[in-house]
Amino acid sequence: MSKNKPILMQGNEACARGALAAGCRFFAGYPITPSSEIAEVLSEELPKIGGRFIQMEDEIASIAAVIGASLTGCKSMTATSGPGLSLKAENIGYASIAEVPCVIVDVQRVGPSTGGPTAPSQGDVMQARWGTHGDHPIIALAPNSVKETFEVTIKAFNLSEQFRVPVILLLDEVIGHMRERVVLPDIDSIQIIDRKKATVPPEEYLPYKPDKDGVPEMASYGDGYRFHVTGLTHDETGFPNTGSENTDYLIRRLHEKIEKNLDKIIMVDEYFMDDAEIALFAYGSPSRSSLSAVRKAREEGIKVGLIRPVTIWPFPAEVVRKAARKVKKIIVPEMNLGQLIGEVEKHVKSDAEVIGLNRVDGELITPQEVMEKIKEVL
Amino acid sequence: MQELLDKYFRKDKLPHIWCPGCGHGIVLGAVVRAIDKVNLDPDKTTVVSGIGCSSRAPGYMKFDTLHTTHGRALAFATGVKHAKPELNVLVLTGDGDAAAIGGNHLIHAARRNIDITAVLFNNNIYGMTGGQYSPLTPTGKVATTAPYGNIDQAFDICNLAIAAGATYVARGTVYNVTQLIGLISKGIQNKGFSLIEVITQCPTVYGRRNKMGTTIDMMKWQKENTVNVKAAKKMSKEQLKGKILVGELYSDTRPEYTEQYTKIVERLQKEGQ
Amino acid sequence: MRLEFRLSGTGGQGLITAGIILAEAAINAGKNAIQTQSYGPEARGGASKSEVIISDGEIDYPKVTEADVLLAMSEEAYKKYKTGLKKGGILIMDSTIIEEDSGVDARVYKIPITKLAREEAGKTIVANIVALGAIAAITGVVPKDALEKAVFNRFPKARELNRKALDIGYKAAQKIQEE
Repeated sequence: MSKNKPILMQGNEACARGALAAGCRFFAGYPITPSSEIAEVLSEELPKIGGRFIQMEDEIASIAAVIGASLTGCKSMTATSGPGLSLKAENIGYASIAEVPCVIVDVQRVGPSTGGPTAPSQGDVMQARWGTHGDHPIIALAPNSVKETFEVTIKAFNLSEQFRVPVILLLDEVIGHMRERVVLPDIDSIQIIDRKKATVPPEEYLPYKPDKDGVPEMASYGDGYRFHVTGLTHDETGFPNTGSENTDYLIRRLHEKIEKNLDKIIMVDEYFMDDAEIALFAYGSPSRSSLSAVRKAREEGIKVGLIRPVTIWPFPAEVVRKAARKVKKIIVPEMNLGQLIGEVEKHVKSDAEVIGLNRVDGELITPQEVMEKIKEVL
Repeated sequence: MQELLDKYFRKDKLPHIWCPGCGHGIVLGAVVRAIDKVNLDPDKTTVVSGIGCSSRAPGYMKFDTLHTTHGRALAFATGVKHAKPELNVLVLTGDGDAAAIGGNHLIHAARRNIDITAVLFNNNIYGMTGGQYSPLTPTGKVATTAPYGNIDQAFDICNLAIAAGATYVARGTVYNVTQLIGLISKGIQNKGFSLIEVITQCPTVYGRRNKMGTTIDMMKWQKENTVNVKAAKKMSKEQLKGKILVGELYSDTRPEYTEQYTKIVERLQKEGQ
Repeated sequence: MRLEFRLSGTGGQGLITAGIILAEAAINAGKNAIQTQSYGPEARGGASKSEVIISDGEIDYPKVTEADVLLAMSEEAYKKYKTGLKKGGILIMDSTIIEEDSGVDARVYKIPITKLAREEAGKTIVANIVALGAIAAITGVVPKDALEKAVFNRFPKARELNRKALDIGYKAAQKIQEE
């Protein structure tokens, strides 16, 4: 049990507090609704603990500064919303190929374009996966409560540091702006993972030579290693090598370090799935409406369960495949016109029928709507 | 020379990718000599670049080096410097990289007066992509994307940096290397944002297309068309027409960004005790 | 126990803050609470809505569907949200601002909230706190001291003014209840 007292906390603040608990000591950002509270909290808190905050001239500069800071050995984060994520896309690819740990928070709002700045959406799920060009690995996490936002922000840093990969934290306006009762975990109960530092002397250091887990050790700028980092395809020395054999090796290794560690990355919660005939597959704030509907349906004797992925990317394919063999139908409520449903369909194949429940009006899907859908497909 | 090579260059990465006659190697040589002159600790020096011919320079330099995305060198460098202020941070950039796609970062780095020294290799053209016009291509010049002559007006990038708040601004040429080394050295020593524009030649895709002659001719052009800022004070408007001012154009002191931030950190930590 | 509150008005009236204070007071009183909001681009003016759910158990769906209590502090908000009030629910309206009462099926409390704030507390800006006092008195959802603690926590520098505002709202509501 935590010694902490229950308090009312906002999702965005929980994200900022989670970052601090994870060891984040650098934040660069640009104001954008509905994410700005994250920057505001960190601008106040970081200098108190010797960290550094900077408001950059734009979204691109923010992610660039974050990558630069991370290379000095500093855990770093930026936060934005959909329009900003679009602008950051190129440098997220840079972090991916140069294997620079960083966390990018996207508090999703209605899009495309300026869209609805204060209205929730889940329209950036595919952008999180494929926003930057080229074949690249990514991790994206979507918490559904204020407490979980705190915990999953820490997890985002841990995964980013462990696998040297950019991690996108996908909040939505409901989760980001909602305030709820939380009891934060005790600081000493939290697991913190730091990047592997270089263990060999500078003359032996190969900055991109992977260990057995596929992840190279990482030196910091200023520590005497005098290494090179580039966005070009490179070999183990870190210098450009655009040969086809090397390019193939690099791109595959970048993917494999994620694919081979799915057990450490994928987090899925299941509710009432043991005897379920219908499954809901929901993430972020609609998963709360879904759970509420599941509880009501159960009271009425309807055998429905909920699969709630916290890890969106890499997609929890195995969980979905397993569920599809058990249930007849899978309902996918999303605040978009069907993004993650495509992934569900891809893995379900013909084992179960997949049905979407979609809203794009900037309002959260209600439990009543989910309930109606359950009864409609019964 | 050999000593400098051993100390500051990744010799196994040489020869460089630049064309015969390109001035970039001279700029790189001047940067390294300036670093040597002011005695920077190579272990505490990070060199950052963007994309383009000039931005390949850090790859040859035995420091912590960061070859970033197009235009973003100063933004990455800001992160490096702000996160670890004890590092000396240099940015090597080009006219397309710094004045076009990265123009916003340039003015804001200058505005913050963050302690970064930017050396802008100005060859008036996008060389790596084959000769398109840049914001520093003079009006009337021909480029692959200005086949009928460039109608754009060029920036005076030094005046832009001064107006934006840089505390050390200078312009040099690859023709006058001694002067250039001095300017870069002073830029590094300035506690704040420094911009050194270097006029360099691209015989391959700029000079040739604009019938500017050989590399030697292009360097002679630099000599004949530049006037030292001190000498210019005694010259008339007529005499200065069409001339480019070189030398130390601006120098001032203003609070440096990361120092100001560190003061806040120190104050808060004191209060928190 | 599960009570859903919708506090509505225009931007700048402090309704989002009022919602936060109400939720915080509920947590101080050992209950579960959640607060959400919707607002337009205006920092001042426009429609503003703050929602609070107070419950003894888990709260899954965080938004208010049918409010048990509606606070209306602008004509526009009143018209927009009166249909979202549960039948037989509680409607608290600022009679300084809203004149019309088109017969909602609810227990209606007409309190000149803004006027009380301006004339009795001395500052229009504390109208939201006056409203909170009234809500506490009418619903009994949170004890007065828990609410007061939450108000002081939010505004540590203006304790006297806020204590006064809270009292004024509380007493105004009690007076109506006695009538």
